[in-house]
Amino acid sequence: MSLLARLIGGVPARSLWCLGVLLVLLLVAPTLLGKYGLSVLILVLYFAFVGQAWNIMMGFAGQLSLGHALYAGVGGYIAAGLFFHYGIGPWAGVFVAVAAAVAAGSIVGYLGFRFSLAGVYFALLTIAFSEFTRIAFDHWGWAGGSGGLFLKVDATSDILNLRGGPLLFYYVILALAAGTFVLCRALLESRLGRYWLAIREDPEAAQAVGVPVLRCKMIAIMISAALTALAGVWNAFYYNNLFPETAFAMGRSIEFTLAPIIGGLGTLFGPIVGAVVLTGLGEIFTDLSEVFHISGLKQIFYGLALLVIVMYRPAGVWPWIADRFGFGEKRR
Amino acid sequence: MSTPLLTVETLDLFYGDAQALAGVSLEIAPGEIVAIVGANGAGKSSLIRSIHGIEKPARGHVRFDGSDITGWPSYRVCEAGIGHVAEGRQVFPNLSVLENLEMGATPKRARALEKQTLERVFAMFPRLAERRRQAAGTLSGGEQQMVAIGRCLMGQPRLIMFDEPSLGLAPTIVQEVFRIVRRLNEEGLTILLVEQNVMASLRIADRGYVLENGRIELEGAGTDLLTNDRVRQAYLGL
Repeated sequence: MSLLARLIGGVPARSLWCLGVLLVLLLVAPTLLGKYGLSVLILVLYFAFVGQAWNIMMGFAGQLSLGHALYAGVGGYIAAGLFFHYGIGPWAGVFVAVAAAVAAGSIVGYLGFRFSLAGVYFALLTIAFSEFTRIAFDHWGWAGGSGGLFLKVDATSDILNLRGGPLLFYYVILALAAGTFVLCRALLESRLGRYWLAIREDPEAAQAVGVPVLRCKMIAIMISAALTALAGVWNAFYYNNLFPETAFAMGRSIEFTLAPIIGGLGTLFGPIVGAVVLTGLGEIFTDLSEVFHISGLKQIFYGLALLVIVMYRPAGVWPWIADRFGFGEKRR
Repeated sequence: MSTPLLTVETLDLFYGDAQALAGVSLEIAPGEIVAIVGANGAGKSSLIRSIHGIEKPARGHVRFDGSDITGWPSYRVCEAGIGHVAEGRQVFPNLSVLENLEMGATPKRARALEKQTLERVFAMFPRLAERRRQAAGTLSGGEQQMVAIGRCLMGQPRLIMFDEPSLGLAPTIVQEVFRIVRRLNEEGLTILLVEQNVMASLRIADRGYVLENGRIELEGAGTDLLTNDRVRQAYLGL
């Protein structure tokens, strides 16, 4: 019980109530929503989850990664490839996928952090690795090369191989998002979480007080890569296809960053609120661009949303809401 | 002199081609206050940072309490018992005073004593106790220096290295900082004090070293250095 007590310690009761209601609503949502509504909610949870994973690096530890598509892509490809070639289901394949992504993250992290690349220079390194990997997958026959890798679309429910309809994928992504939310809360309350904040605030001072800076940054990128790989595996089995061109695209990496930036970097609810705002409004703009035959409205909306946030609410939407309604979570 | 607590032997440090430290050697006995004085760019901060493992010296050794700590990562140097109050105060501005202090208890042996040490720090700096929930970035310069010193104490160091603790502070606060340094020494801590404020630091120091262009040019008792003609001309304008 002490773990639970630590997790909810200091949280206002009304926040806990709201959280409980939200969880119940999410659990029964599929019965309330139609097919379309459910597909939008799935996307919201996906971006909330992957945003949470990215936020561990940027929001908590202050390390800007613009190449997180690398971990999602590697994870997705490996799990999908194992299933496609050898019939190894994703529940087993996910371990290999996560291990590979963590290895990739360790390489990027070690090169960047050992040689003290910071800020934009580290971000460039993450982009470079994501690009290398895209080119490698373009030429890797096992992964289908540039032609892509396709999983057989199978509507029969086979939970053991993560095959099934939207309902299955909804509950899986809900479990991932909820689990990661709790994990992030636990991390923030831990000594490691404190060290991350110290590194984010002032790496020099953190080193001076004896924070093992390199180790903490490495743990951050490894956890973040592992979670992002889970998102990649889920994504591969949900969409049933993978192309290097999209899986490792710069645009995908950017997409991962939008929800936490708009919602509020370094907060627990930021990525969730950001995902609701972005995906909800993004879907409306997708529909509008179909109605008016103007392509790219969604991207313009993303750009404008970022612009407005950076100008008027640089801390994000969530800290502002939390403050106004007394939910008690501030950026730490 | 008894067995030194800290020994630095012929340390060389380079930043690219530029040599910051050239054959620097010094010793600090347990319970001493040792001042290292010198002009801007003489290599004072480089010396502290090399001892702390932030910079990697090309040659030479650093020994602390019998172990060769040359090249150890910073956090291990802290665990060994060396504290570092860095230049420019360097508090974590968005974290509260309390969170800043807690952050100082990084070494394992310091964590066990966290509560007692915190009480000691608050007893020493009552202002910090009053402002424990306030973001450290909103404090005055002097108060931030108290946070930095308190945070360092939280790590249970045996030796504290102060890097320009008086920099950018009002004269009355500077006096206060030097009083604190002396008090910590009286409580048993060994002090390495790096300062541009030559007069004030040599006054409270048992011994001092004068660093010029990365070399130790003079050493001696604090009071002797204060009366040394060269020091008086170059640093005190007398």
